[in-house]
Amino acid sequence: MGDILELAARYRDEGADELVFYDITASPEGRSVDREWVRRVARVLDIPFCVAGGIRSVADAEEILNAGAEKVSVNSPALANPDLIDALAARFGAQCVVVGIDSLVTPQGYRVYQFTGDPNRSRDSGRDTLQWVREVQERGAGEIVLNCMASDGVRKGYDIAQLHEVRALCSVPLVASGGAGAIEHFRDVFRDADVDAALAASVFHTGAIAIGDLKRELRAAGIEVRP
Amino acid sequence: MDETVIIDSGGANLASLQYALERLGARSRVTSDVREIECAPRVILPGVGSAGDAMRRLQASGLATLLPRLAQPVLGICLGMQLLFAASEEGDTACLGVLPQSVRRLEARPGLPVPHMGWNSLELLKEDPLLDGIEPGDYFYFVHGYAAPVCDATLAAVEYGEKLSAVVRRGNFWGTQFHPERSGRTGARILANFLRLG
Repeated sequence: MGDILELAARYRDEGADELVFYDITASPEGRSVDREWVRRVARVLDIPFCVAGGIRSVADAEEILNAGAEKVSVNSPALANPDLIDALAARFGAQCVVVGIDSLVTPQGYRVYQFTGDPNRSRDSGRDTLQWVREVQERGAGEIVLNCMASDGVRKGYDIAQLHEVRALCSVPLVASGGAGAIEHFRDVFRDADVDAALAASVFHTGAIAIGDLKRELRAAGIEVRP
Repeated sequence: MDETVIIDSGGANLASLQYALERLGARSRVTSDVREIECAPRVILPGVGSAGDAMRRLQASGLATLLPRLAQPVLGICLGMQLLFAASEEGDTACLGVLPQSVRRLEARPGLPVPHMGWNSLELLKEDPLLDGIEPGDYFYFVHGYAAPVCDATLAAVEYGEKLSAVVRRGNFWGTQFHPERSGRTGARILANFLRLG
């Protein structure tokens, strides 16, 4: 917890534009993210803060938002109960509702995976990614985070082809996730996949990429970013 | 007692605003009590959710008639700013009518997803104590699917396919379409400026 607060403050000071907290083992373990934790991080942050992890009901989301998050992100719970997206959007407005999608390239096309936080339980949800992208927007998602699983953790760049296909179907903000390893990967995904934001974790946690350097280089490449 | 009142309009998500005021060393109280709001040195009308829902709640608590009559500084944030206008296309809702214009729905277009979500800089149109210390290149965090047109009350505009009202003022009523509580140091500056008004 101390480490997380320190990280949150560091990213705030370095100029991160949004912080997303994923409690990725919450859904596979049948629990949801710790409210006290959300409260403590929200207290130090003065940038948008999105929280994900086992949010299965309007009541769960309300507690997380009341603890100081701006947005809630649902992934596995939305696959189990798609009506959750409609209910969250009706209660809090679409701008509060992010749908996270873990998508894998397979011989059958792009497939949505569920419970990806636990390698033993991760499985094909039975849904086609492009179809699910359309459906979640109809149900009221205000933002989509597309995590391209084959790229995730490999640090060889975002899956531009897949993000580009999803972008064409996506009229809400689209966030690229999975694959960032170098500054040019961010430049490429903004330029070639026309995403609204790019998410990364390990390259920032380890200090491999400093946010200040990243933003300077993006600006030099003609991509508008907040200084 | 110098305590800023935050109106409980029923939406969740008031904590981030309270934390932002707390970081500025200001005390705040969340309430929907008419008397407390009347006596407050300054009032913030936040808003997350839909216009129709928020107006129904304000009507049910008697605040819809009180708010336009307040004489102390009032700051509407995001939906709270939109509620200051006469009406919103969101659910065809009659709003508080402090400003005569109507709030319109943003149309998604290629390259312009809706909701508009992200950091934008402002075009500063008029000087005002609320914008003290704010520079043209400063960025603010926006999240909205509806917007107010630029009008004579507009202090600053934002470009999103067209020019929209980002900051408005009429008399003792101010509004920001962006979220100052989530706009880093520049947002904190706006809140600090507001705290000095009352």
